[in-house]
Amino acid sequence: MASVLAFDKVTVRFDDNVVLDRITLDLEEGETCIILGAAGSGKTILLKTALGLIQPDEGRVWLFGQDTSTLEEDDLRELRSRMGILFQEGGLFDSLTIEENVAYPLLNHKSLRCPRDEVLPRVSEALQFVELGHTLAKYPSELSGGMRRRVGIARAIVTQPELLLYDSPTAGLDPITANTIMALIAKERDLRNTTTALATHRYQDGHLLANYRYNAKTERLEAVSAGGDREKLQTRFIVLGDGRIVFEGSQEQLEASTDPYVSKFAKPLSQSE
Amino acid sequence: MLDLIKGPILNLQTFFQLTGRALINVFRSPHYIDDIFIQMDIIGFGSLPLIMLTGFFTGAVITLQMSRTLNQYGASGQVGTVVAITLVRELGPVLTALLVAGRNASGMASELGSMKVTEQIDAMRALGTDPVQKLVTPRMIATATMLPALTVISDFLGLVGGWVVATIMLSLTTGQTYWSTAYQALDYSDVAQGLIKPFIFAFVIALVGCHYGLDTTGGTQGVGRATTQAVVVSSVWVIVLTFFIGNCFLSFN
Repeated sequence: MASVLAFDKVTVRFDDNVVLDRITLDLEEGETCIILGAAGSGKTILLKTALGLIQPDEGRVWLFGQDTSTLEEDDLRELRSRMGILFQEGGLFDSLTIEENVAYPLLNHKSLRCPRDEVLPRVSEALQFVELGHTLAKYPSELSGGMRRRVGIARAIVTQPELLLYDSPTAGLDPITANTIMALIAKERDLRNTTTALATHRYQDGHLLANYRYNAKTERLEAVSAGGDREKLQTRFIVLGDGRIVFEGSQEQLEASTDPYVSKFAKPLSQSE
Repeated sequence: MLDLIKGPILNLQTFFQLTGRALINVFRSPHYIDDIFIQMDIIGFGSLPLIMLTGFFTGAVITLQMSRTLNQYGASGQVGTVVAITLVRELGPVLTALLVAGRNASGMASELGSMKVTEQIDAMRALGTDPVQKLVTPRMIATATMLPALTVISDFLGLVGGWVVATIMLSLTTGQTYWSTAYQALDYSDVAQGLIKPFIFAFVIALVGCHYGLDTTGGTQGVGRATTQAVVVSSVWVIVLTFFIGNCFLSFN
């Protein structure tokens, strides 16, 4: 299977602080990667480095087989049109309406060459997907936190990207809204077979993506059986601590880990927050 | 010692990098024409009442303060000359630039700073836009167009303010003498100086405002800090540059 995103001994420093320390990882087509870690462990920086928004001080990032360190900003922008990202706080433009926000990547990614008359139908479709079709004319400030996050998902998926990055999509949300957001992420992954990287501090989010699949016929999430079905979801867990990968493996390996830091992220769901 | 100068040098380097990119973008597509007009409206039309009021009273104050001295030398008929030269060469461009720096450099720094801390700048890059092309270049072009125009309006209203005080309030001279001496006092180099200065100040104000905005770190507190820095630094540069530009014109003449 082709590699979509690869980090090769990537180090990122801010002044004298090492925020990513020799990170090596490989994300293959169709795979789901759950990046767990405490606040300040480097999850957001990892996603921004993957997107080419931050250039590594050492090491290389390969995106769709291309070494991003050799690319100019214009070429990086071309590559970014094949990716979608949901920022931690949504990253919506507060001076634009929801329709303009979701249409933004379609109108600005030159390589997409989206005809003007196709923009509105695609925006409506993306907003219908997150069940916010009625908010076209509203501004982000008129929506709740959970709704803004859903608009962020609509904006990330409107270009139908091959790789989707989610930065703490459930942070600061109540459990019901968090579940709705995670269900949308799983739905997007399973309907389009999108390669997904999700950074979170909540084990429940990773558990949901590793154990549930969206059934298009019943239009609901269904638990998958251990073994074959679960293998197909290709979910891998990574735990970051102080900018380093301290764990990489399957859900079973994560739950079996005896490392005090790693085990904090793999408590049985009844014990977790 | 090295650590002390590292920060300012790094700051200067990022400022010049931003300046270079903003200037190159003037000749590169895409051009965000709508954004240029929106900024022209905010900077130009939005600042107009402030500039008109300040310009008028600046001319009036100059006339008021100069009246006694001119009377002592029996030169009260030359009040138009004094007001015209002072306003067009120096006070008009500098005061207008300082007001626009206070109003717009702060606005740019806080707007871009807020966008930076809420990840809107990152989102812009991720969604296929160069933030310098979309945010900085339109503000730079709009300020460079509007500041000279605002200065001309401020100069004219300053002359009107001077005329009101000189003829109606103090009866120093007649209206005809006031306007003819004011007109004759100015030569092309004065007008050139009065237009080149705001053009240069415009780049400083817009680029300093945008630079501090895009460089914002540390949440809402950082936005406040960036706003203050943008106003202070752009105002100081306006004062410093007016000396050097004035000196250049003096040497040239």
